[in-house]
Amino acid sequence: MNDVIPMGEPLLEVRHLSKNFGPVQALSDLTMMVRAGEVVALAGDNGAGKTTLIKAISGVYQPSSGEILLKGRPVSFSSPQEARDIGIETIYQDLALADNLTIGANIFLGREPMRRAFGFLPVLDRAKMAEAAKSTMALLDFHVSRLDAPVSNFSGGQRQAVAIGRAVYWNAQILIMDEPTAALGVPEQRKVIQLIHQLKAQGRGVIFISHNLQDIFAVADRIVVLRRGVQAGERRIAETTHDEVVRLMVGG
Amino acid sequence: MTSPPAASPHVAPQADHADKARTTVQRIADLRAWLFLAFLILAFEIWSRISFGGTFLFNPFNIQSIAVFAVAPLLLATGQTFVIISGGIDLSLGFIMGLAAVVAAHVINWLTPGVGFFPAVLIGSAVAIAVAAIPGFINGLLVALLKVPPFIGTLGMFGVARGVAFLLAGGTTVPVKNEAFAALGNGRIYGVPYIVIVTAVFVLIMHYLLSQTKFGQHNYAIGANAQAARRAGINIKWHLLRLYILSGMCAGLAGVLYSARFSAGAAQAGEPLLLDAVAAVVIGGASLFGGSGTILGTVAGAFVIAVIQYGLVFINVAPFWQFISVGVVIIISVLIDQAQRRFSGGRQSE
Repeated sequence: MNDVIPMGEPLLEVRHLSKNFGPVQALSDLTMMVRAGEVVALAGDNGAGKTTLIKAISGVYQPSSGEILLKGRPVSFSSPQEARDIGIETIYQDLALADNLTIGANIFLGREPMRRAFGFLPVLDRAKMAEAAKSTMALLDFHVSRLDAPVSNFSGGQRQAVAIGRAVYWNAQILIMDEPTAALGVPEQRKVIQLIHQLKAQGRGVIFISHNLQDIFAVADRIVVLRRGVQAGERRIAETTHDEVVRLMVGG
Repeated sequence: MTSPPAASPHVAPQADHADKARTTVQRIADLRAWLFLAFLILAFEIWSRISFGGTFLFNPFNIQSIAVFAVAPLLLATGQTFVIISGGIDLSLGFIMGLAAVVAAHVINWLTPGVGFFPAVLIGSAVAIAVAAIPGFINGLLVALLKVPPFIGTLGMFGVARGVAFLLAGGTTVPVKNEAFAALGNGRIYGVPYIVIVTAVFVLIMHYLLSQTKFGQHNYAIGANAQAARRAGINIKWHLLRLYILSGMCAGLAGVLYSARFSAGAAQAGEPLLLDAVAAVVIGGASLFGGSGTILGTVAGAFVIAVIQYGLVFINVAPFWQFISVGVVIIISVLIDQAQRRFSGGRQSE
């Protein structure tokens, strides 16, 4: 699971993936790939199938047909937990953080480390949580000094960094980020874009969903455009323009 | 010259100062129940010295009485603290306590002739606490599985437990004939009542459970953001089920100690205590919105109420002033909580 994939090698492949809900074809015959150290943007109008696609990749939905390969091996998950266990982590738009807990406690939420006090009494290992919080946030180039403060004290961008930091700490290979900049002010958006560049430099794969073409052009390597459940086009960011992407999204 | 290592390029220094000020204010606000308590004791001490020329605090009888007085509300408040932090409320605790008091009285009476004083007390107490877990379990099912709002689900259980307790008691109080039980309720060691020792040990264990274990940590997370907790893989249903069982058992212990103290089980034992217990939790710094609160704060909150109630009697003020004073303290506590929320949560709305 921890074998390192060289930069540029395929990390996640989606092949001929379809998903229907009864008669409704939400996604049909979609094929895409994310390489190590690559940011792939998913774009498309509401209802284009972006959400269905990421839910299939992150284990929320079972695909109706098609397959998903991680590092060349076919995988399937019956729950988001299973997807997370093999390194596919979703960072939700509304920040899945417990605001009243520290950065460390959020990173370890649900998997808290324990130690023995006085040699017998199991207690939460807060020192380990704080240490992990410090090193993980440093890895993302966020230097926080107040590791005992609840995350409600931090700004939106810092909180986004905590959510990403949790994924990084648990060694996520693929990070799916759903509108990570939507709720943020402009300076904070820049920080998140910086964070995504960090993840890229560490050889992780990022799937980045955004309505903001400026953000997409600032951070993505490739863009996959969906329209009504099918792939409307795929472009290298360096070789396309805002206008072309918009044309792909709306059709025609 | 030394420079701070790896200072963040993103954070302006004045933001750090503001953060520190914010943390300091939070710490003081977190201690507000203890400050209240110190202030109250000081006020009663001064009043007592001026009007009677005697001490209030340094009279062992006063301390003993206040501690005994605080036992039952504190036990209810301990369970309530867990529930309120999770974002819920348990209105049935008062009558679960009454139910346990009646069950303890009956079971100990039945067993005493057969097995003797001590075994009867042990088994009877265990049975009463186990019975108290049943309404807690049903509360948990209602809230966790059937998604009934805690306020309504436990209000229903308030009625059910009340009815069952009165039915079991035959509409009256059930006297207990067991010397060991009476000794538990009224005996002392080095001047410290047994029931105070039992309560202190239990509350310490609950403090450990809330502040040092995964169960406690998950309780805070669920109260702040249940969806985040679910996404992090926490089994919320299982947690809530155990949570309401736990609060029921806290009320069960309160019922047992009540019937030990009075050598009688009464269905209405906890009736006046439920709101005192909620008040103790709120005065102790917990937010009714969930996500914050501590057992140590609740201990201070329970003692604030006990000191007000006992102290006003001690300085010979008409007892109705108790209600007014406790009411005022509750309102001030909530105002502090809201001010703190505005102050520390301001960043979120940016």
